[in-house]
This record gives sequence, C-alpha cells and structure tokens, in this order.
Amino acid sequence: MKEFQIIVLVKQVPDTRNVGKDAMKADGTVNRAVLPAIFNPEDLHALELALRIKDKFPGSSITLLTMGPVRAAEILREGFYRGADDGILLTDRAFAGSDTLATSYALACAIRKIKNYDIIICGRQAIDGDTAQVGPQVAEKLGIPQITYAEEIISLTNDKIQVKRRLERGIEIVEGPLPILITVNNSAPHCRPRHAKRLMKYKHATTLSMRQQSEEDYLSATLTNTYLTIKEWSVNDIECDPKQLGIGGSPTKVKKVDNIVFQSKESRRLEDFDDDINVLMKELITSHIIG
Amino acid sequence: MNNIFVYCELDEGKIADVSFELLTKGRSLANQLNCKLEALLLGHNLKGFEKELFPYGVDVLYLADDKRLSPYSTLPHTSVMVNLFKEEKPQIALMGATTIGRDLGPRVSSALKSGLTADCTELEIGDHEDKKINKVYKNLLYQIRPAFGGNIIATIVNPDCRPQMATVREGVMKKEIFDPQHKGIIVTMDVNKYVDDTAFVVKVIERHIEKSKLDIKNSPVIVSGGFGVGSAENFKLLFNLATMLGGEVGASRAAIDAGYVEHERQIGQTGVTVRPKLYIACGISGQIQHLAGMQESSIIISINSDPNAPINKIANYVIIGKVETVIPKMIRYYKENTK
Repeated sequence: MKEFQIIVLVKQVPDTRNVGKDAMKADGTVNRAVLPAIFNPEDLHALELALRIKDKFPGSSITLLTMGPVRAAEILREGFYRGADDGILLTDRAFAGSDTLATSYALACAIRKIKNYDIIICGRQAIDGDTAQVGPQVAEKLGIPQITYAEEIISLTNDKIQVKRRLERGIEIVEGPLPILITVNNSAPHCRPRHAKRLMKYKHATTLSMRQQSEEDYLSATLTNTYLTIKEWSVNDIECDPKQLGIGGSPTKVKKVDNIVFQSKESRRLEDFDDDINVLMKELITSHIIG
Repeated sequence: MNNIFVYCELDEGKIADVSFELLTKGRSLANQLNCKLEALLLGHNLKGFEKELFPYGVDVLYLADDKRLSPYSTLPHTSVMVNLFKEEKPQIALMGATTIGRDLGPRVSSALKSGLTADCTELEIGDHEDKKINKVYKNLLYQIRPAFGGNIIATIVNPDCRPQMATVREGVMKKEIFDPQHKGIIVTMDVNKYVDDTAFVVKVIERHIEKSKLDIKNSPVIVSGGFGVGSAENFKLLFNLATMLGGEVGASRAAIDAGYVEHERQIGQTGVTVRPKLYIACGISGQIQHLAGMQESSIIISINSDPNAPINKIANYVIIGKVETVIPKMIRYYKENTK
C-alpha cells in the first residue's frame, strides 16, 4: 500500500482570542507576555487531517515544520503527543520580523531541504494575524497546486487527492495532483487528544538549545535517545537567499500601530426591572426604531 | 502603467458586492493619484458585464473570457493576473477578502514578490518616511487593518514593491455609482497567451452553493450574542426576540468559537460588518474586533451583567442584568405595547 510523506506547517501563537483588560497596556498596546502561547487552533485541525491519512495508510509519516523562537518547539512536542513522527524547528535571528512573504520563503526553503513530500497541510490562518496568506504563498514558491478552506479529504490515491472545501455559502469538491498544499478550515474535525504512551515517550523532547538554556545534563539524554532531540535548523541549514529573509525580505512594513478609540456615547443605564424594560420598549416603538 | 487594478469576482454568475465596493474605493484613490482605474474580470460569457462595471468609474476593463476560467480555480486565475500585472505594472491591486480573494491574492503576491495586506478596513493615500535610509516615499497606499486579534489597528505600507496589494472584506467599504454615464474601454484578452494548459490541473468535481438564507448585513434589527449568553440553548431567546422584531441573530467570535451558533452569523472584523437601525448586544463584552464590525449601528442596546463591559461605552442604552431575565421581559413588553 502507498505510503505518503506529509508535512504539516504549524505555528505557535499568542492566544489573542481572550485578550482581557490585563493584556492591554496603558498606552493601548498589547502586552504579549501575559498571553499564553498556544498551538494555532487551525493547525491542530491540519494535524488531524494528516493523522487521518496515516490511519488509512499506516506507513505514512508526518513531519511538523514550524518557524519561530526556540520556545516554539513546545508545539512540536505537543504534536508528537498526538501522533506526529518528526518535527523541525526553523529558528534564527535572521528570520525575525518576517512578514507573510518572507515567512513563506523561509518555509519553502526548509521544505525543499526536507525534499520528499506528497502533501503539505497547514491551518487556513493563524489567530495572531488572520491573514491566511502563508499557505498559498508557500505553494506558489514550491510551484505546486493548492486547495484552500479544506474540511475533509474525500479520497487519496497514489497521485491524486479529492478534498471537500468549505465556501462562504456552500461546499466544493475538488481534485488535484500530488504533490499539493492544503489549508484547513476551522470547520474541519478537531484534533484527537494526546496519546498517553506518546506523552510518556516524548515529554522530555526538546531542542539542543533549550537544553543548553536550562543547563540540564543534556548529553546523557540525547546520547541514549536521539528521538528526544527536536531538529533545529538555522539559516545555515537551508539553501536560501538571505536578502529574502526577515525584516529585510519583507515588502510590507508596519508604519504605525494605534490603539483603537471608539466614540463613547452618553448611555442611559437601566436595570433589569420590569418598569425599566417597559419604558425602553415604549420608547423604541414610539421612535419607530422597532414595531 | 501605474494604475489601480481591481479583481472583480463572480459569485454564481453575478459580480460580487465586494467588487463594486472596491471599485468605489479604487475610483476615489485613482482620482487622488491622478491615475486610471482598471478592472479585471475572469470567467465565461462575460458579455454585458461592462454595463454594470463602467458606472463605477472603470476606465479600462480587461475581460478574460474562457469556459475553463469558470468556476474559479487557483492556478489559471493566478496565471492570468500575474502575467497581466507583469505587462501593466499596476501600482495598486485590490481584491475581496473572500474565499476566492484569499486564495488568489497570496498566490499572486508570492509570484510577484510583492506585499499583500489582508482584510484592510481602510485604504488611504499618504507619504512615508524611512528614517533609516533617509528616504521619503510619496503617495503610498496606507493599508489599515486590525491586528493581533483585532486589539490594535496597524497601518501597513509597501514602500518598494509593486503592486501594493490589499484585500478588503465585503461590507466594509461603501458601494456608490461614480457616474451612470461613465464609459471605459474593453480589452479582450487572448486567454491562451496568459495561461498555460498545465495550469488546469485542479478540477472542480462537485459544487453545492446554497442561496443565502441569511442576510445579516441588510437586516434592520440585529440581536447579537456573545460568550456571556452561556449556551446554544440560551441563544434561542435571542432568536425569539429577533423573529418578533423582524431581525436577524448575530454573534461575536467568542460565541462562534464556543459553538453556540453557526459561523455565518459572526459580526466583527473577521465576520460581517453591519450598520442596522437597532443592535442589541447580549452578553457581549465588546472586544475591539467585534465593536469595529457594529459600531456604526444607529441605536445600540447592551445587555450585560457586567456594568463595566467595554461595549457599554458605545451603547445608547445599557441594561445591567442577565440575558435570560432581560430578553423575556423585552418580548413581553414589546407585545403589550404593540397590541
């Protein structure tokens, strides 16, 4: 039976969904430090689609690829708990300040180094930017087709894949050749939970530089269990044009960032008493706002 | 050369609203920059669409008419656009932040190595000074968009690469006829010159498009719920109130993420932008990303047990109380007063 080489692109993101009052600084900027760093939700859906392929074609392998600071290796470990086979952290100061185009360039270079792949899967978008650009930009750089907004893989053969896409007002089933890149919509199935045995196996998996930072006795652990060392690639490990990386390789520049100011209104305060609500409804009706 | 291009999107044989909105914005930017507004329409049987497009101020309309370009698929549309842009070198390119625009835009930007800003809420023209290299760029496109989950607003510029590309969500910008008598010219493209046969590798096997049942954008009354509503069960109260008032039910992102109602109802920067006569916010704390999608409503009522919820600041009426208590009373007194 056919075995597929799958790459899943993942990102560690600040949890912007629940930015409370404490996360906003007095000057109106966001205090990233107080936000928990999480596995980008749609990338978990992407991992689940990859795992479902592996369920059907057991010899298949799943490699996670992420770009970010050293700490981002946490989500690779999380991916191992759920069934990913391998993980690569692309980390270097040279990548700092990348916009979507520079990010997709770096990822595409890393994917070229991985070399063997049939399917690349990623979340549609990350919650810290919501741009949905990196997936298609990577596909273009690799010169392969893409299927965005995927919800389900309908069928997969040696050289073809059929995917159900979720559109604004309906669905579409499309068929494309391999290799291909797929971005996964948040209506796709949720990722399966951590696997207890895998949790035990991988809980000490870290990158070399993380171990060095924590001043652990890292040599003994890695000598006996190489799978516990998460691969860490720097700019020197990939073939790339440094001019297209990081802030210098990013065509978009942030000119300024503003706090959002809304026009405050003089609001009328009411309680949930019958009288208050009665008066309100009467007012809305007489002013022809309703009724 | 150096003009503004709008990719016009076809939605089941009709030009999408967002394309008209972009043409309206594009026209005003073109006037400011003293350049032409050009539109690009790809699909099949495109005759007659010029009558709809020219009144929005389109100076040049490129038509790529080919059976194989309908329905939309990524690679052929990318190829037409990239090759045309290589010839025409637009300074600005705009498209809708729809499933099509968000599939196509990044692909085109990646091929042209140009910057793309997604989901802009405002587009302006202005100058930009790069202090590091001591250079002033004149008349750049300010691409203004919410960032960081909608908690801040960022102005993005594209100093060196062209075109400056941006996507905009439907309903964010106004749609306005520029001049009903305006006439542009039509350029019929030789599609085979712009697309290679090898681009047609992804095939649409099946398509099921529902007639939109939901029309939140044009509803005069919206009863909207947030995480504070507490459950899908409690959302039924909102549906009751909305039905009675002839309105629709909307929701904040938090309520959608919690699974209380379907995605299509999301209001905010990553959902629909609305401007109803009456907006009733139930259990919505008022994250900026939500407020930006409804702040232009004429009358806003906030029902919230937290007197300090941020949404209260922009509300005309604030009812301090639980949604489960307040809505049944609203229903009761509406009925009593309209008898």
